[in-house]
Amino acid sequence: MGKTASAVVGAPIEGRSPSRMAWDRLKNDRTAKISAITVGFIFLLALAAPIFTWIIHTTPDQFHPETLDPTFGTNPVGKLGGISSQHWFGVEPRTGRDVFLRFAYGARTSLSIALSATALATIIGVLVGLISGFFGKTVDLVLTRTMEIILAFPSILFALAITPVLENALEGWGVPTGNATRIPVMIVVLSMFGWPYIARIVRGQVISLREKEFVEAARSIGASRTHLVFKEILPNLWAPILVTVALNIPTMITSEAALTFLGAGVIDPTSDWGAMLLASVPFYSVDPTYTFIPGFGLFILVLAFNLLGDSVRDALDPRSSR
Amino acid sequence: MLKYTLRRIVSGTLVLGIVSAIVFSIFYILPSDPARLACGKSCTPDLVARIQVALELDQSLPVQYGRFIKGIFVGRTYLANTDAARECGAPCLGYSYQTDQPVTLLLMDRLPATLSIAVGASILWLLIGLSSGILSALRRGTWIDRTSQGFALAAASLQIYFVGLILQFIFVDKLAWLPMPGYTSPFDYPLDWAKQMVLPWVTLAFLLSAIYSRLTRSGMIETMGEDFVRTARAKGLSSRDINIKHVLRAAMTPIVTVFGLDLGSLLGGAVITEYVFNIPGLGKLATEAVTNLDLPVVTGTVLFAAFFIITANIVVDLLYSVLDPKVRLS
Repeated sequence: MGKTASAVVGAPIEGRSPSRMAWDRLKNDRTAKISAITVGFIFLLALAAPIFTWIIHTTPDQFHPETLDPTFGTNPVGKLGGISSQHWFGVEPRTGRDVFLRFAYGARTSLSIALSATALATIIGVLVGLISGFFGKTVDLVLTRTMEIILAFPSILFALAITPVLENALEGWGVPTGNATRIPVMIVVLSMFGWPYIARIVRGQVISLREKEFVEAARSIGASRTHLVFKEILPNLWAPILVTVALNIPTMITSEAALTFLGAGVIDPTSDWGAMLLASVPFYSVDPTYTFIPGFGLFILVLAFNLLGDSVRDALDPRSSR
Repeated sequence: MLKYTLRRIVSGTLVLGIVSAIVFSIFYILPSDPARLACGKSCTPDLVARIQVALELDQSLPVQYGRFIKGIFVGRTYLANTDAARECGAPCLGYSYQTDQPVTLLLMDRLPATLSIAVGASILWLLIGLSSGILSALRRGTWIDRTSQGFALAAASLQIYFVGLILQFIFVDKLAWLPMPGYTSPFDYPLDWAKQMVLPWVTLAFLLSAIYSRLTRSGMIETMGEDFVRTARAKGLSSRDINIKHVLRAAMTPIVTVFGLDLGSLLGGAVITEYVFNIPGLGKLATEAVTNLDLPVVTGTVLFAAFFIITANIVVDLLYSVLDPKVRLS
């Protein structure tokens, strides 16, 4: 299975595994390359954020009142939100904090929350999908009903509502409030609503694989159920799981930004793209640059992830068309 | 058909019951002091004590929940037999002590604005999404197809809170073509209503039409290769009839699913849109209630939104059988 002759004239015939073929297809996809470079660039920016504090000689939290219009003390001096050689993306209205540094540090917050939530949702989703699909019967019924109920929740509204309540409850148990609790709460809430989508896909795949001959063969020689699920079925699922993960990341990024934008996420002074957009709302008409920078960053990041996800899907499943 | 419809309604009601039980337990049990939260930030000790009685915190959770559910059907009186008695008619979804009004009344007050956004925007995005998708499918591979699909791809990655602010900056602040978005009754001032709604409609439609355009295009292209389309062509039907009656109809199934879910969740409150454009709808009510920790209103809005989502799901399932002759309901 999976041996395909190379069609190049004169070259020796070479066997290629399906994953190798998918990788080759991905490497030849120009869109995939550009979007992967874009995503990599934003990751690099996030990782290198501390280096920039050293280059610009300021921190993302430092106020710069000298960059603000002295008459009112709110709007940045200069065009385009105060863009200058010192402040590459301008400064924040009212505080004068450096927007470039807040953008770079914001990428860290947004990406780490979105990726953690995706990871957690994937682990839960894959496990539940495997169990639900493999065991069937009552287990399956209970788990699919649970998914149905979770999908009936108005997710944004519920996530928005649960954050202060959870925070209050945790406060009652002596946990300090602030970002140290808000960020874990956000990750849990986001993955709570993310896993059913993954579980449904995995479950469907498991149901069709469960009856295949190779599983039957393993079962007949007395393999344990754990072996069947994790050693026989799971290795056949990495392609759909990879596609789901790739397409899940942009959703998590936008949900995280939306929650923070609505005030239920990361709070000042920690920087975050959603928080920057929220902070820009009172100033959008006098300083549109400050709105534009995090908004455009979010657009590029989500677009790149979406395109990359599409390319991964096309590479893994050559029959699918855009 | 009737049997299936009834079964779906029963299971939908069951799901709603479970959702309400979960929401109720979370919002009334989890907080360290629900009465204090329900009372709000500017609250007197006297009021806290009264709410403590009104919320019946001395009762067990099932009793509290049971009374809440009973209130939905027959209404209830909070703080009965005291001078502070509050009447809450059926369907009673709780009582907001911060605003001193029944939650149902608050919801009904905000529903028209959300309804205006959802209905207007959905008509617009269906029009844009379907027509650009059909055009793309029929002119596959041409510049029309590439442009419209490129737009769709970009629009699908944009955010309401970003596009909304940028459009508002251009059309309200700079060009002054439109007034600040808001809500006035369409029955009193239809023109003002439409002018104030244009931005939310366009923003939502622009972002949401993308997925419809892509779904229409891929669905139609896929169906065009099917045998029944070839048969229709062989029968001598005009290509217009084939494309609309056969191809588009078959491509509608996934579109109906997505449309139902989108409309259902929008009706429960276009949270982000209302927040960005400052429109007094259900979503804005919810965000305000969350900020003030007005728990009865929070519970009410979440349940109301869940109701819309579940109803939309049932309607979508029923529409399947109408649209796709292959689907037989069992």
